[in-house]
Amino acid sequence: MLHRDTVDSEVLVHRPWIVASMFAVVLVVFLMFNLTGTTIGELMRPVIGDPLKSGFYGRFTIAFVIAVMFCLNVVLLGFAPLKMQLGVVWLELLLLFLAFFKSFDLSLPFIWKHLPFLITQGVVTTIYVSALSLIFASVIAIVAAIAKLSSNGFAYGIASFYTSLFRGLPLLMQIYLIYLGLPQLGYVIDAVPSGVLALSLCYGAYMTEIFRSGIQSIDRGQWEASRSLAFGFGLTTRRIILPQALPVIIPPMGNMFISMLKDSSLVSVLGVWELTFLAYQIGQPTFHNMEMLASASIMYWIMSICFELIQSRIERYFARSKVR
Amino acid sequence: MTPCVAADASPGDSSSDRRSLTPEQAAVIAGKIIEAKNVSKWYGAFRALTDINLTVRGGERIVICGPSGSGKSTLIRCFNRLEAHQEGRITVNGIILHNKMRNVADVRKNVGMVFQHFNLFPHMTVLKNCMAAPMWIKGMPEVEARKIALKFLERVRIPEQANKYPAQLSGGQQQRVAIARSLCMEPAVMLFDEPTSSLDPEMVAEVLETMTGLARDGMTMVCVTHEMGFARAVADRVIFMDQGQIIEEGAPHDFFTSPRHERTRLFLSQILSH
Repeated sequence: MLHRDTVDSEVLVHRPWIVASMFAVVLVVFLMFNLTGTTIGELMRPVIGDPLKSGFYGRFTIAFVIAVMFCLNVVLLGFAPLKMQLGVVWLELLLLFLAFFKSFDLSLPFIWKHLPFLITQGVVTTIYVSALSLIFASVIAIVAAIAKLSSNGFAYGIASFYTSLFRGLPLLMQIYLIYLGLPQLGYVIDAVPSGVLALSLCYGAYMTEIFRSGIQSIDRGQWEASRSLAFGFGLTTRRIILPQALPVIIPPMGNMFISMLKDSSLVSVLGVWELTFLAYQIGQPTFHNMEMLASASIMYWIMSICFELIQSRIERYFARSKVR
Repeated sequence: MTPCVAADASPGDSSSDRRSLTPEQAAVIAGKIIEAKNVSKWYGAFRALTDINLTVRGGERIVICGPSGSGKSTLIRCFNRLEAHQEGRITVNGIILHNKMRNVADVRKNVGMVFQHFNLFPHMTVLKNCMAAPMWIKGMPEVEARKIALKFLERVRIPEQANKYPAQLSGGQQQRVAIARSLCMEPAVMLFDEPTSSLDPEMVAEVLETMTGLARDGMTMVCVTHEMGFARAVADRVIFMDQGQIIEEGAPHDFFTSPRHERTRLFLSQILSH
């Protein structure tokens, strides 16, 4: 939460000049696009006549109506309590998003027919690949972060080379390099393990920096107090420093998890039967690409939402020692 | 003399520190808990401590004062090896401190330290803060550790806050918890590094009261503090430091009424004038 002032200011969206400028901006923006040929133009037919022949009058009327509706919506929402504002905004944006999907004219029966397989095979593989990578990446990251903070030149050298290399190469290249490169050394690696390996190494490198910044954010006094109580390095790190660093690193780690979930789709280039690969494979032969890609997108989104919920749970758990 | 002399005056290896009766152990028997001999310390080219000689005997209460930057905190941080000294010899509880020692934990177990900014562990409750060291270092069972923690929280008079988190306590309460946390290890000596400097005036009193109580019970204490009233009432010896050197030391009465050095007089007049 940002710092909240104790004095209630006037609701921003109820100030006339704010509403007026909002109205002007929306009007101008929508004037820039000719919407007469779209569904909106069709809906406005009673007012503007044949949309395609309405010219500037039609264009202006559409922009005007949209601006009025937008401002009315915002002003009305200004009266509602916070929770309700939140719900209404989510609902409205969701409806707009669904309307966008609807405009693709997707074949629902096709989606329903293939959805179960998409879930049982695709989603499951995606979750399994990204969960494994997530665990490995976190372990790599903790070790590399401590190595990067240590005064041991050998450890620091390895860790900094590792983060530099794996943050510097595109993930797609890493996946190819591991899948096609390791067999050159005489070790043939399957698609799933090489995908997991590439994801873990790449995300481990990013997470290393997150862990390092988290550890460094802890006050020196904590180390000193811990050492003065005779705690060794390992004990101090494990019981004193990391537990305090965790709340700091949870939000960026949430980013990493969600991002990894979606980047697991790159493993599809190896022919792993995960969500993206299946969506493409099922849709392609009958040209129902859009149906499958849209369903896959929504499923990625749902999985990300689950991550977000877990993240907020964890944040709430760590907030307990910050009570006053 | 070159700065950063890495060698130690007596690089005795850790095992010989504890075997037959060394001169250091003899010192413990003679009641010397901390002994610093000709100790010098550099930060790069800056000489933070110059030729410090100081002996702390069991049961002694010593107050170190001096202007800021005079090296008083640095000195007591050397006593539990939070800082390294480059020259001379520090013996704590019969163990020589040097940079190759393997048993620094044995020293720290017996030396409690209280910091200016409390440095409680914010993610643990007050009780857990106090139980941690006995459980993790001494391997004490949880029930017993809890008993000891409560005993010392009782002693600093905040047992009712045991299940709160440090952020929920006032500064004075936090500092008393910090004292209790150190006491739970039942140390041979307590080091106080400006324990009241970051507290509001009315909280200074409660912390000083706790410290006076400790002194009354015979705890060996080395306090870096500007609380001259406390020094007068409790200390056996007052030490005045300036620019990394011990300028003057003496019994509180002599120290405050007839300081021998001009520098001490100036400092006392500045600190006592308001």
